[in-house]
Amino acid sequence: MFKTFVAAIGGLAIASTAAAADISGAGATFPAPVYAKWAEAYKAQTGIGLNYQAIGSGGGIKQIKAKTVDFGASDKPLKPDELAAAGLYQFPTVVGGVVPVMNLPGIRPGQIKLSGALLGDIFLGKVTRWNAPQIAALNRGVPLPNLPITVVHRSDGSGTSFLFTSYLAMKNPAWASQVGASDSVQWPTGLGGKGNDGVAAFVKQTTGAIGYVEYAYAKQNRSTYALMQNKAGKFVAPAAPAFAAAAASAPWLRSPGNYILLLDQPSPAAWPITGATFILVYRNQPNPADGAQVLKFFEWGYNKGDGLAASLDYVPLPANVKGLLKKQWARSVTAGGKPVYVAK
Amino acid sequence: MARTDTASPQGAPPGHATGEIVFRFACAAAATFLLAALAGVIISLFIGGLPAFREFGFGFLTSTTWNPVTEVYGAAGPIAGTLITAFLSLLIALPLALGVAVFLVEFCPARISGSIAIAVELLAGIPSIVYGMWGLFVLAPWFAAHVQMPIAMHVDPDTFLGKLLGGTPNGANIFTASLILAIMILPYMAAVFRELFLTVPPQVREAAYGLGCTPFEVIRAVVIPYVRRGMIGVVMLGLGRALGETMAVTFIIGNAHGFPHSLFDSGSTIASTVANEFAEATSDMHTSALIALGFLLFVITFVVLAFARLLLREAKV
Repeated sequence: MFKTFVAAIGGLAIASTAAAADISGAGATFPAPVYAKWAEAYKAQTGIGLNYQAIGSGGGIKQIKAKTVDFGASDKPLKPDELAAAGLYQFPTVVGGVVPVMNLPGIRPGQIKLSGALLGDIFLGKVTRWNAPQIAALNRGVPLPNLPITVVHRSDGSGTSFLFTSYLAMKNPAWASQVGASDSVQWPTGLGGKGNDGVAAFVKQTTGAIGYVEYAYAKQNRSTYALMQNKAGKFVAPAAPAFAAAAASAPWLRSPGNYILLLDQPSPAAWPITGATFILVYRNQPNPADGAQVLKFFEWGYNKGDGLAASLDYVPLPANVKGLLKKQWARSVTAGGKPVYVAK
Repeated sequence: MARTDTASPQGAPPGHATGEIVFRFACAAAATFLLAALAGVIISLFIGGLPAFREFGFGFLTSTTWNPVTEVYGAAGPIAGTLITAFLSLLIALPLALGVAVFLVEFCPARISGSIAIAVELLAGIPSIVYGMWGLFVLAPWFAAHVQMPIAMHVDPDTFLGKLLGGTPNGANIFTASLILAIMILPYMAAVFRELFLTVPPQVREAAYGLGCTPFEVIRAVVIPYVRRGMIGVVMLGLGRALGETMAVTFIIGNAHGFPHSLFDSGSTIASTVANEFAEATSDMHTSALIALGFLLFVITFVVLAFARLLLREAKV
C-alpha cells in the first residue's frame, strides 16, 4: 500500500516536471476536438504538450485576462476596442458552420429552403406552422406538413448561439431590435437544450421542431437540414466547400484586430452562417518563450493540421489568410519590443 | 455551538487531561471552520451579486425578463421553477418513500427486503447527470408520446385542465423535471424513513398488535407519531436536495426563462440557469446576476431549513 502511494507521488512529480514546458490554454468548446488532435500529433513530433481546457468562450476570455493561461480561445471575436483595452491580439484558427436542422416527416435533408429573414420570423414565433404561406412561397412543390413549429435553441451560453443570433440580426430587422445577438439571448419562443447534443435530442424527439447545431453534429446525426439562401441569392447546402467559400470571400485585410464574422459573405457558393474560432494572446508577452511556443503550435496547425481538422469536419483557413496571419504574428506579438515569433 | 463548560472526567490521569483538551479544541475548530466556510460562501455570493441587486433592486425578484443582450435581469422565472419543481417532486416522492419504508419494515419477507434495500442504495448512488440523460433520451420522449399527445388531443385547451396541462409535446417540462427529481430524492427519504421506523421499540408495536390493531393502525397511531420529528427532518432533507439539484434538471426542464404558464410548460430553475450560463457569461453584469441567483438559492434553502427547525420545535411539545 505504502509502495503504491510512493510510486504515485513519484509519478506525479515526473509528470509535473514534464508539464513545465507545456502550453496551457482555455476557452471555446467548439474547436476543442481539433486542438486536441493537433496537440497529440504536435507532442509526438516536438515533445511539447498542450493543456487545453474546454470551459467555454466566456471562460477563455476571462482566463486570458486573468493571465492564468498562455492563450484564450473564443468563438466570438473581441471588438478592436476590447482587444486594445486588454492588450490582447487575436487570430482565427479554423472555420465551421451553423446549420438549421428540423424534424419533418416525409421531408429529405436539403429539401426545405429557407432565407435568413424567414428563419428570423420562425425563431421570433411569428411563423408558427410549417405550411405557412411564407415557407410555402420558398418551397413550391414541397409537401409541407400542417404541423406547429417548435423552436429549439441552446440553453447554455454558446459561440454557436452568437453566430446564429448575429446572422438573424443581420437579416431580420425585427430580430435585431427585439432580441439582438449574443452568446445567450432572451429567446422569444421555444425551449432550450443543453449543448449541441441537447438541441439535437429535442429536435429528434419533437415532430415539427427546428433547431440549430454545429455542422459536425448535423452531419454525424444525418439530420434533416435546410438549404439557406446566401447573399448572392443562391440556396446552398451546408458542407465544407461552402464554409471555405465564405472564409475565402471575407475581407480579412480590411478587418482591424481580426474582428471578422464570416456571416452572409458575398460568394455565390458561401454558406451564410459560417464562423471562425479565435485565439487570444497578449500583444506584449510577459514571458517571450511561452508566447513563442503558442505561436509555434498554431503555426504547426496551419502548416500540417489541415487534414486532421478536415477529418473532424472543421474547415481550414484559406492558404493566403494563413500566410497573412503568420506575418501579423511577427508584428503584433512582442516581448520588450522584440517579436517573439519570426515568420519563415 | 461548541460547549465551553465541558469538564474532563474527575480523577483522570494528567495525560488524559491533555488528550481531552486537544480533542475539545479539535472539535471546536471543526465547528468554527464550518461556520466560517458558510459565512465565507454567503458573504462572497452577496458581494458578487451586489452589482445586480443595486442595478435592479427589488425588481430582481419580481421581473421575469432575463435578457443578456440588453443586460436586464430578473429572477422570478427561475425562482418559480425552483420552488415548483422542488415541492412537486416532494409531493410525488413522499408517499412513495413512505410506502417503500413501511413495506420494508412491516410486511416484507426477509429474502426480498435485502434486494429492495440494494435497489434503493443503487438508486441513491447513480450520478445526477445519468438521471438527466435518462430523462432526456428515455423519459421525455415516452412522456411526450404517451401522456402529452393524448392530453393535447382530447382535452379542450380552453378549460382549466387544458391550460394546466398545455405545452409543447416533447416531454421537456416542469413536470418531468419534478418526476426525475422525485426519483432522485426517493432513495434517501426511503432509507432514512426505514431507519426511523426501526427505532420504534418493538415492545410498543407488539403491545399495539396485542390490543388487536391492524398493521395500518399500528403505523398510523404508533409508529408515525413516535418518529414524527425525524420524519420532518427527512422531508426537509429531500426538499433541500431537490432545491439545489442541477444537472438532471438542466437536461430535462426545457430551459425557457420567464414564468412557466402550465405544468407541462418549459421552465428553468436557479441552479439550471447558473449551470447553463456561468461558463459563457462575458459581461460583468451577467456574471453578477448569476451570482445573485446563487445567493437567492442560498437564502431560499436557508428559509426552508429554518422553517423545518420551527416545525421541529412545535413537534417537540
